[in-house]
Parts: sequence; structure tokens; C-alpha cells
Amino acid sequence: MARYILRRLGYMIVTLFIIATLSFFLMKMLPGSPLNAEDKLSEEQKAIVLEKYGLNDPVPVQYVRYLTGLVQGDLGISFKFDNTPVTQILMDRIGPSALVGFQAMVIGTILGIALGLIAAVFHNGFLDYTSTIIAVLGTSIPSFVFAGLLQYVFAVELGWFPVALWGEPEHTILPTIALAITPLATAARFIRTEMVDVLGSNYMLTAKAKGISQAGRVWKHGFRNALIPLVTVIGPMAVNIMTGSMVIEQIFAIPGIGEQFVSSVLVNDYPTIMGTTLLYAFAFIVIILIVDLLYGLIDPRIRVTGGNK
Amino acid sequence: MENNNLNNLPKDLFKPLVRKEDTSETISKPSRTFGQEAKRTFFKNKPALISLMLLVIIIIMSIVGPHMTEYGNDDQNLSRAKLPPHAPVLEKISWLGFDGTLTDDFKGSTVEEAKRKAILRFDKENKGKFIDFKVKSKGNGERNSAKVEATYHVYEAKGMGDQYFWLGTDHLGRDQWTRLWLGTRVSLIIAFVAALLDLLIGVAYGGISGFFGGKVDNYMQRVIEILVGIPNLVIILLMMLFMQPGIMSIVIALAITGWTGMARIVRGEVMKVKNQEFVLAARTLGTSNGSIIRKHLLPNIMGIIIVNTMFSIPSAVFFEAFLSFIGLGIVPPKASLGSLINIGFQNLRIYPHLLVYPAILISLIMITFNILGDGLRDAFDPKMHK
Repeated sequence: MARYILRRLGYMIVTLFIIATLSFFLMKMLPGSPLNAEDKLSEEQKAIVLEKYGLNDPVPVQYVRYLTGLVQGDLGISFKFDNTPVTQILMDRIGPSALVGFQAMVIGTILGIALGLIAAVFHNGFLDYTSTIIAVLGTSIPSFVFAGLLQYVFAVELGWFPVALWGEPEHTILPTIALAITPLATAARFIRTEMVDVLGSNYMLTAKAKGISQAGRVWKHGFRNALIPLVTVIGPMAVNIMTGSMVIEQIFAIPGIGEQFVSSVLVNDYPTIMGTTLLYAFAFIVIILIVDLLYGLIDPRIRVTGGNK
Repeated sequence: MENNNLNNLPKDLFKPLVRKEDTSETISKPSRTFGQEAKRTFFKNKPALISLMLLVIIIIMSIVGPHMTEYGNDDQNLSRAKLPPHAPVLEKISWLGFDGTLTDDFKGSTVEEAKRKAILRFDKENKGKFIDFKVKSKGNGERNSAKVEATYHVYEAKGMGDQYFWLGTDHLGRDQWTRLWLGTRVSLIIAFVAALLDLLIGVAYGGISGFFGGKVDNYMQRVIEILVGIPNLVIILLMMLFMQPGIMSIVIALAITGWTGMARIVRGEVMKVKNQEFVLAARTLGTSNGSIIRKHLLPNIMGIIIVNTMFSIPSAVFFEAFLSFIGLGIVPPKASLGSLINIGFQNLRIYPHLLVYPAILISLIMITFNILGDGLRDAFDPKMHK
């Protein structure tokens, strides 16, 4: 296990290094400089600004400085947003994103599991078809289309919620639902397939022969076994929520990382864009690592490396 | 008489029946090839068939749709901006929303105030000449107690009663119908080309890696492991920032990230098939590597390749829409479903029709492709054959 973790950590560092390098050189190759818009500056002023941000140094020097800064958590300084350090901007905005993302993850998974369980227990019944339809719609309809539907029905037509506002807990409801629909559908689909498999297995028949009630069978013997593989899709689900959060935050005006990213893209604020990209990459990789390790812990058969059998 | 005739039949008309084993009670079904079984399973799958038909209709519409109106993609005219849908024949049925009117509820302390608000919003110049009012509640003088439903006949007000914009116009007065189908065309082209590139790169990479195995496989798999570790979204975003936005760059960005899944699946399948006896037999008979791959391996993994491609198309549609939505994708005046949805969001409150139709269309495309993919997966799964 220890070897496995070490190997995975090694891959993680290599991946992060590649992303950082890639983003640095892409940023250097991008046409234009941060000063293009400020044409009023004289040559001397431009030189001073370039000197101040270290943009006059040779590229390798800048690269090393960038990497050192990165290791220390310094992502550079934003060109456009009041010259604030990017790290500062992102730290301020991580809260709302994490809140909505976490809520969506928890609600989506729990409701999805419930839906999948119902579908499996009433296999090929009306409830099964209903939940299958919900699952197909949930995996197919893009989250931002769903967000638009929610916004129009509940905010514009019914007026139950503000269209796009942030601050109170109830403002998180619509974005959470919009984000939760994909994990909900994924979990429902997954649990249904697993449960149908498990419920048809021989030990369930044994349990039935022993006289255990249906609820007891489904809950104790079926559900627990079906739950383990769900851990594998939690990683992709989290990634999905992060992708979705970019547009959802934009739509509901949530002051989070995704909203920051989109507004940085619109004004070509490269350090902020790169910083956000790196943050996303880091979060993706860490989540997938945690999920994989968790899976190895839960199911001993998964441990790929035969270090300690 | 007749009896006599029958008795006198010449003997040579009779032939002895050859005795066969009695097969009337054997239980068997007609033998079908795998392809026939797959076809049968697929054509029994109603949802998948309906999806296929819908998709064909959508694809045909994306080709002919833009030519059904006299308006082009970029025919801007601010005097006719943000018109509601107005379609011949359908305009007679008011609840369908094709009658060329805008309807909304207005509140005020008195009916008059509510009406004034409606006139202010819809049509200041004509002083409400083209607005029909329906009083919903008279109100008692308190704030927002009175409520009227105002129906504004936009086309009459602009003197364009004889003009028909089937799905209305956008914020620059461009015909939404034309742009919707052009956008669909762009989205579908991007998705198909990206999926095709995924297919080519993935099958080649996975095939080589799986077929040759050993050191080659080892190195190729390490490369993939690192690439898979980098989140798709991050690479796509970086590529989009770096390249000139446009159809080409979206396709490239999607293809660069998309092929790894296909490569892994193909490698696994090739490794499974390549050690089976029939491949060994072919090799013993002196068949070249190329022939083995073409004649023996590819047909066996074709099903899984097709299914995987079917699923990569909707994900490409989604990513294109996503990129265009956050402003990294299609450049105006070109439209794609994502950019249309983006415009729709900006006008959601008053002109929901700008969001509704592209949203329905993209959902429809995603749903049909997913169901079709499911259907094909079942069709190529021997366990599902009955």
C-alpha cells in the first residue's frame, strides 16, 4: 500500500509539473504583453513596469522564479483585478465554490442512491422506468441548460428565489440543485445496475431462504455490497461538478472560482487564468488520488501493486 | 367414377419418400451471425430507434433549415431586434407562443399604474395602441395589489404584420431560426470531427500498444497514464487560450484530450483477442501482421469502437457548448448551440424564447445520442441477444 501511495504521489507531482510548465510557456507564447492596452505609458514607464514584474529577465530565469513561487503558493499578480496577488483572489473566492460544490455533491449522491435503490427494488416496474428516465435526462441535459430552466421557472416565473444573488443560505438552493442533477443521475444509474446484480446473486437467495425480510435483505446484504463500487464514480462526479461550477457560478452570480475564471477569460488576465487553471488541476488530481486510495482501503482486491498481500 | 380414376393411377407417379431423422421436435433457432443478432437486438429497441430517427431529422434540418427562410446568418437589423416567434398557421393557436406577441404580468397600486408600467416596458412611442390588457385583479390601492396581463403585438406595432420570423429574432435582429440550425450544424460538425479524430488516434495508439505489447506497450502506457492524470478541462482551456478561437481550435482541443479513453479500451480489447487460437492459426498460416489486424482483430473490436465513438459525440457537443458559453469557443457572428444559449441567458427575463429553443435542441441531441449509444452497446453485447 505504501508503495502504491508513493507511486501515485510521484505521478501527481509529475502531472502538476507538466501542467505548470505547459501553462507557463503557453503564457509566454501568447501574443501581446500585459502593457498593450496602456499605450499612454512612455517608454521609460513601460521599462519600469516590465522591470518591476521581472518581465525583462530571460525566459529560463522567469521560469525558475515562477516554479519557486508556485511551490511557495505564489501564483503571480493579477493584471486586471486591482493588482491583487492571484493567490489572494482565489483564497477569497474558494469558500462559495466549495460550499455549493459540497452541497451538490452530498445531495446529489444521497438522492441518487435513493433513486437507484428504488429502481432496483422495483426492477422493471413503473418506478424503475421513471428513475431510468430521470437518470438519462440527468446525464444528458447539460447543467447550464438545467440551470436556465430552474432560473426561469423558480426565479422569473414563480419568484420564489432571487434570479442571481449571493449572501443568504437560500441563495445556494438553485445552484445546488442545478449542479446536483448530474451526480444524482450518475449515482442512480450506477447503484441501479449494481443492485440488480447483487439482488440476483445466490447469497440473496440464501438470505431469503433464511427468512430475512425484504427490507433487511435489501439493506443489509444488498445495499452494502452495491455501495462499494460507487466510490469509483465519485471522482469523475466531483470533476463534473467542478466543470459545471464554472458556468453555474456565472449564471447565478456566485462569487466563486468559476465565476472568477470566466471573467478573467473575458479580460485576458493571464496570471489569474493560469492560477485558476492550476488550482483546478490540483483539485482534480487530489480528489482522484483520494478516491483511488479510499477505494484501495475499502476493497483489498483493488490494490494493484502486490507489495503486501 | 372418381374412385375408379384414383385407383388406376400409374405407378411411376409415386416416388418413395427418403427417410430422414425426425427433426420436428428439436428445439433450435435459426443460426444468425453476430452482426445479424446485433441488428435484430438494435431494431427491437424502440427508444434507440426513435432516437435515431430524431437525430436524422435534426441532422437534415441542420442542413436544410437555414435555407428555409430568406434571412442569412448575419443579417443584422436593429429595428427588428428581439422579436418574439411568429409563424404562419401556428399563430392562430395562441398558447403555442408563435403568434408574435409578448405577454407579461404587470403589477401596480391601480390598474392604470400597472398598464402604464406595461406601456413603459413594451412600447413608449405608440402609447399602448398595440397592447391588449386583461385585468386580473382590480386592486385596492395598496402597492402591487392590481395586476394586469399585457399582450403586446410587436409585429403590428412595427408594421411588420406580414413578416414571419418563425422563432423570433435575437438582440441584433438576426433570424433565430436560421441561426439555430446553423448553430446546430456547427455544433454537430465539431462533435463529429472531434469524435472521428478520437477514433483514429485512439484506435491507432491503443492498437499498436496492445498488438506489439512488451516494451512498446510499457512506454506507451506510461505516457497515457500521465496524460490521463491531467484533467481534460484544464488542457482544453489552455489550448483554447493559446489558439485562435474558432471551429478548428475547438476540434483540436477536444481531439487532443479525447483519444486516451478510446486508446485504453482498444488496447485492452486487442490484448484480449490477439492471444486467441484463431489469431494463432492465422499466424501459423503465415498471415502478415497487417492482415491479422485488418481481418481478425478489427472486426472483433468493431462493436466496442462504435459504441465508444457514439458516447464521445455527445460529450464533444457538451464541451463545445460549454466553451462557447464561457466565451472561449465560437467567434461571433458564427453561432453554435453554446453561444446561442449564452445569448439566451442574457435575455432570459423578458425574451425567454431566445433560450428555450437552443436549450431544447441541445438537450435533444445529447439525449438521443446517449440513448442511441446505450442501444448500440446492448446490440453489441452478446448477453443481450435473445
